[in-house]
Amino acid sequence: MSVNGTPLLQLDGCDTYYGQIHILQGLSIEVHAGEFVCLLGGNASGKSTTLKTTLGIVSPRRGRVLFGGEDVTRRPTSYRIQKGMAIVPENRRLFAPMTVLENLEMGAYLQGGGAKDDFDRVYGLFPLLYERRAQLAGTLSGGEQQMVAMGRALMGKPKLLLMDEPSMGLAPILVERQFEIIKEVHQSGVALLVVEQNANMALSVADRGYVLSTGRLVLQGKASELAEHEDLRKAYLGR
Amino acid sequence: MTDAERPTPNVPDSLTEPAGPAVGQDEWVARHAERRLLRGGRLGAVEERLRAAPWWAWLTVFVCLAALLPVGFSSGYVRRVAFDTVLYMLLALGLNVVVGWGGLLDLGYIAFYGLGAYCYALLSSNQFDVHLPTVATVPIVVVVGAVAGWLIGLPSWRLSGDYLAIVTLFFFQIFIVVVTNGDHLFGHNVTGGSNGIGGVDANVRPFNLFGHDLPVAHSGSFNVAYLYVVLAFFAVVFVLLRFVNESRIGRAWRSLREDPLAAELMGMPVNWLKLLAFSFGAAVAALSGTIFAALNAGVFPTTFAFPLLITVYTMVILGGSGSQAGVIVGAIVVNVLLELLRDAGNARYVFYALIVLALFGVYRLSVRLAVVLGGTIALGFVVHGIASAIAKSNVDGPANGENWLIDGLRHWVIVPRDLGPWKQITYVALIGVILLLTLVRGWWRVALLVPTLYLAAFVWENVMLTAPEATRFIILGAILVSVMIARPSGILGERRVEIV
Ligand SMILES: Nc1ncnc2c1ncn2[C@@H]1O[C@H](COP(=O)(O)OP(=O)(O)OP(=O)(O)O)[C@@H](O)[C@H]1O
Ligand SMILES: [Mg+2]
Repeated sequence: MSVNGTPLLQLDGCDTYYGQIHILQGLSIEVHAGEFVCLLGGNASGKSTTLKTTLGIVSPRRGRVLFGGEDVTRRPTSYRIQKGMAIVPENRRLFAPMTVLENLEMGAYLQGGGAKDDFDRVYGLFPLLYERRAQLAGTLSGGEQQMVAMGRALMGKPKLLLMDEPSMGLAPILVERQFEIIKEVHQSGVALLVVEQNANMALSVADRGYVLSTGRLVLQGKASELAEHEDLRKAYLGR
Repeated sequence: MTDAERPTPNVPDSLTEPAGPAVGQDEWVARHAERRLLRGGRLGAVEERLRAAPWWAWLTVFVCLAALLPVGFSSGYVRRVAFDTVLYMLLALGLNVVVGWGGLLDLGYIAFYGLGAYCYALLSSNQFDVHLPTVATVPIVVVVGAVAGWLIGLPSWRLSGDYLAIVTLFFFQIFIVVVTNGDHLFGHNVTGGSNGIGGVDANVRPFNLFGHDLPVAHSGSFNVAYLYVVLAFFAVVFVLLRFVNESRIGRAWRSLREDPLAAELMGMPVNWLKLLAFSFGAAVAALSGTIFAALNAGVFPTTFAFPLLITVYTMVILGGSGSQAGVIVGAIVVNVLLELLRDAGNARYVFYALIVLALFGVYRLSVRLAVVLGGTIALGFVVHGIASAIAKSNVDGPANGENWLIDGLRHWVIVPRDLGPWKQITYVALIGVILLLTLVRGWWRVALLVPTLYLAAFVWENVMLTAPEATRFIILGAILVSVMIARPSGILGERRVEIV
């Protein structure tokens, strides 16, 4: 994968705080168009905060967020979504009393609720969602909910899809299926920035990876090289 | 015992697969049917049947029935109550947009109703000698209401829940203070202060449609034309809000109410959506205000006070916040009940009917029900017999609100001529016994219910009916509490769905 030219997403020396607590400390990462990047790190290392900074849920005190070469640091979340970001949030955060169909529509809110081909694409990836389209999202099983969350994020035809622990709460066989779907999504040309606890699985499918520790970048490189890295193996892979 | 006699345990001798779904294939996942949460039981079936009819059919039936009401009832009072009920329905529909759909706890809602009424009065009275035609006034007031809602909604950008409630309540208070002291606002008499705008001098004009004034009263009683006007307003607002709610905006409101952060993550302009909900609600409230001011030929600050706010909230919550049909049912139930309870005779029907209904609801047709009813009736006659044998004055007190029901009840419930301290004692005892009732179960409860019911009837006839104004609200409160226990999301509200 080429890593030349303007990156699609670039965090440039971001310092993010929650009140007085300094979480991200001069973090710089980039994701190029069509690239699959995974973000690893222990609990509370700042992975979710990185995604929140990217989306503008929190804004960095110093540093910039660039999307498609444009500085969006001071832009609201809705603007960034409109420009082509989308997220599968941690814990899915579906709209529980709304049907699966309505949840998907909400994913394409800025496109007016989604065209037929958006639905076709999502139903193609997740045939089960088509069967369950009239069911209330809150009554789905955890795995089914994860599919809705993915489908919802894909409805808006994102250029960059952010995922926060997409395999959380899934049976082992479903984790594999989940990553197959993620690969499929990637092959359709969407750039991915995926936060994952399941480092083995993530590195086996990603192009590149970043490793965070207490809000700082401690390792970065090709996924295949990271998977062989001594420290990382000791710390996260348990081999 | 021989081996042959020993019962064989029901264990298969080899690993067999029971009939049903195969291992690794879950029935739930395999099945394709639509599955939605519905209420079970007979009520659920009825509700399912009722929901099958489209909303516009319901609306048409309702509007026609309401429009035909004056044919059957010639009393100005009944027609006026019908008018008030529809006006409340309109108010409840507006509040439902903010609270039910937007999920924004707006305690300043009645201020917009007042604003609409005052604006109408200012634009068509001698106050400033402005007499705009109704077709101009009403749209102007609606726009003023929408703009005011937009401004008052601004704090919702940062605040939600109880914090927002307090701030909007504060705005409501400001509104009250301004209109009651508006008789020298920067040296001008704007709102007429505590006297309001009204009377012969102010000459607040009634509605004027197609070049004709709609007089407020027709040969001394309520002019039924106003019922038709408010019904028309209601139908238009209902349909309009319905379409808004079924559009993208409606669904965005629902997502916002469910999970504001997730809504933001979907790119929804959450701040804008909140202001829009405030605006819609305020515009409906202001519209309701115009017709109120026209019908009463004036506006007075005391109308727009906390009791009204609580009444409208009760309607929305009782009926089912978020459901248009629900808040309408809520408005009808609350307003009709409050009217019925004004009159002691009617209040008596409501009271005994509710008790019998509640007993049916809890015990269905069972032996226990028969025991409770039979026991209570028998106990009454025994107590009555003993009391009248002791002294005639124990049972010949005055009855409140004469009707056939009390004629029968006189032989059963005792109404002493002079109650003395027993008024307070029995009242407190009744509350105590009701609390005790919640602690016991089974036949103990049945046994305790019998004296409780008789005591309740006694307190009702002797204490509560003598103070109907307080009793109205106590009964309404009791109904509210029991409905909310039985159906926490209101009569027609959607059940909550929680992700755990
Ligand atoms: N809103 C907040 N206010 C204060 N502190 C926060 C807030 N959100 C996160 N933090 C803190 O920031 C640190 C980083 O949190 P973050 O959610 O980014 O971790 P993470 O890497 O995603 O962890 P995990 O793998 O457990 O999800 C944690 O110590 C957390 O307690
Ligand atoms: Mg996290």
